[in-house]
Amino acid sequence: MNPVFVLSLFDGLLNTVILSLLTYLFGGLVGLAVALGRISPSKPVRLVASTYIQIIQGIPLLVLMGFGFFGPSILGFGNVSALAAATIAMSIYSSAYLGEIWRGCLQAVAKPQWEAAECLGLSRVQRMTRIIIPQAVRIAIPPTVGFMVQIIKNTSVASLVVGYGELTYNAKIINNATFQPFVYFGLAGILYFLVCYPLSELSRMMERRLNVASR
Amino acid sequence: MTYTFDFWPVLERWPLLLKGTLVTLELTLITTALGILLGSVGAVLRTGGPRPVRAFVAVYVEVIRNTPLLIQAYFLIFGLASAGLRLPILFGAALALTINVAAYTTEIVRAGIESIHRGQTEAAECLGLSRLQVYLHVIIRPALERVYPSLASQYVLLMLFSSIVSAVGVDELFGMANRIQSDTFRNFEVFVVVGAIYLVLSVVVRFGFWLVGQALFPRRRKLGTAL
Repeated sequence: MNPVFVLSLFDGLLNTVILSLLTYLFGGLVGLAVALGRISPSKPVRLVASTYIQIIQGIPLLVLMGFGFFGPSILGFGNVSALAAATIAMSIYSSAYLGEIWRGCLQAVAKPQWEAAECLGLSRVQRMTRIIIPQAVRIAIPPTVGFMVQIIKNTSVASLVVGYGELTYNAKIINNATFQPFVYFGLAGILYFLVCYPLSELSRMMERRLNVASR
Repeated sequence: MTYTFDFWPVLERWPLLLKGTLVTLELTLITTALGILLGSVGAVLRTGGPRPVRAFVAVYVEVIRNTPLLIQAYFLIFGLASAGLRLPILFGAALALTINVAAYTTEIVRAGIESIHRGQTEAAECLGLSRLQVYLHVIIRPALERVYPSLASQYVLLMLFSSIVSAVGVDELFGMANRIQSDTFRNFEVFVVVGAIYLVLSVVVRFGFWLVGQALFPRRRKLGTAL
């Protein structure tokens, strides 16, 4: 085990974390819009949101990586960096899944809460921001943390089409030089596990607590 | 926008696309059958096996679910190759995908098994069914019936994620896409066409699951819902 290579794995892990956080930020923003669109009173908006989800959930992330990489130059933005392309693709991908998760959480807020808000004469925006969303957030936290694990794992795909230098990419490069796949892919796997497993456990723990609280 | 789209060079290579699509379907079909089989066995062992076996299955599920498929595929395929075991590439890819999806299936089916009421198995035992009969007819089948929608979604995801094995050199749909790209340099058009094919495939897989469900769970068909 060469220390330079091990260091390079940690370097890759840092890039994995950066891409994951950017994805969470932008994917979350778009995802919130998708979730609200799914329960909008306007039928065309609902249709657009559900079509968006259907399409994104029916296409592999690798294909979206291609769109993120080659799309911007076609739209006239010139070439984008690997990180930007991966962020675009990952955000679009995650927004469809987060949107669907959060729609479920919004609809899980008890019906009388919606009705009471309406009876109090709150506007639609007030009802969402003051009554529904604060309650939905509590329900949404466990599955949202759980989805973080999916995002981190999925960033590994960014090593393929766009060639972003994250953990899997670096592990592959090292393997090409050393031909010790068990050592370096094993180490990379352990690093992924050390990041993902605590998040999985946290999500499960919070879910149990929520179930007890609402019983 | 000054870019002019030209889909012809891509569509012209339809035999490659067709071949890739068939390989993707083949991989999905084999992996789905093996995944559900192994996942069901895993779920039974996870809930009712001897203690060390339960622990082993739990560790397997957690390790697979908390690491990326791509790393698992590299580890397995390049690893075995470095140890002198050169698998046919399609076999290696199917193995990696099966090991991956069986872990998710174990978790899903376990939830189904845990939702089966104790009284059901007790009643079955009182009726004199053998242990195997109890497992097959009273536990596994109703459990699969309850979690069937989640299973269908998981296997649509599997079909989409099978594109990843193009990275180890399998000529499935995405692998063919890469080839066509390097032939034509029509990168964006290739992704549009391949994306559309995957979209159709995901509908096909969903429909396949629905059909099999109709045949496998007659009660569901009559009631229109799960139990």
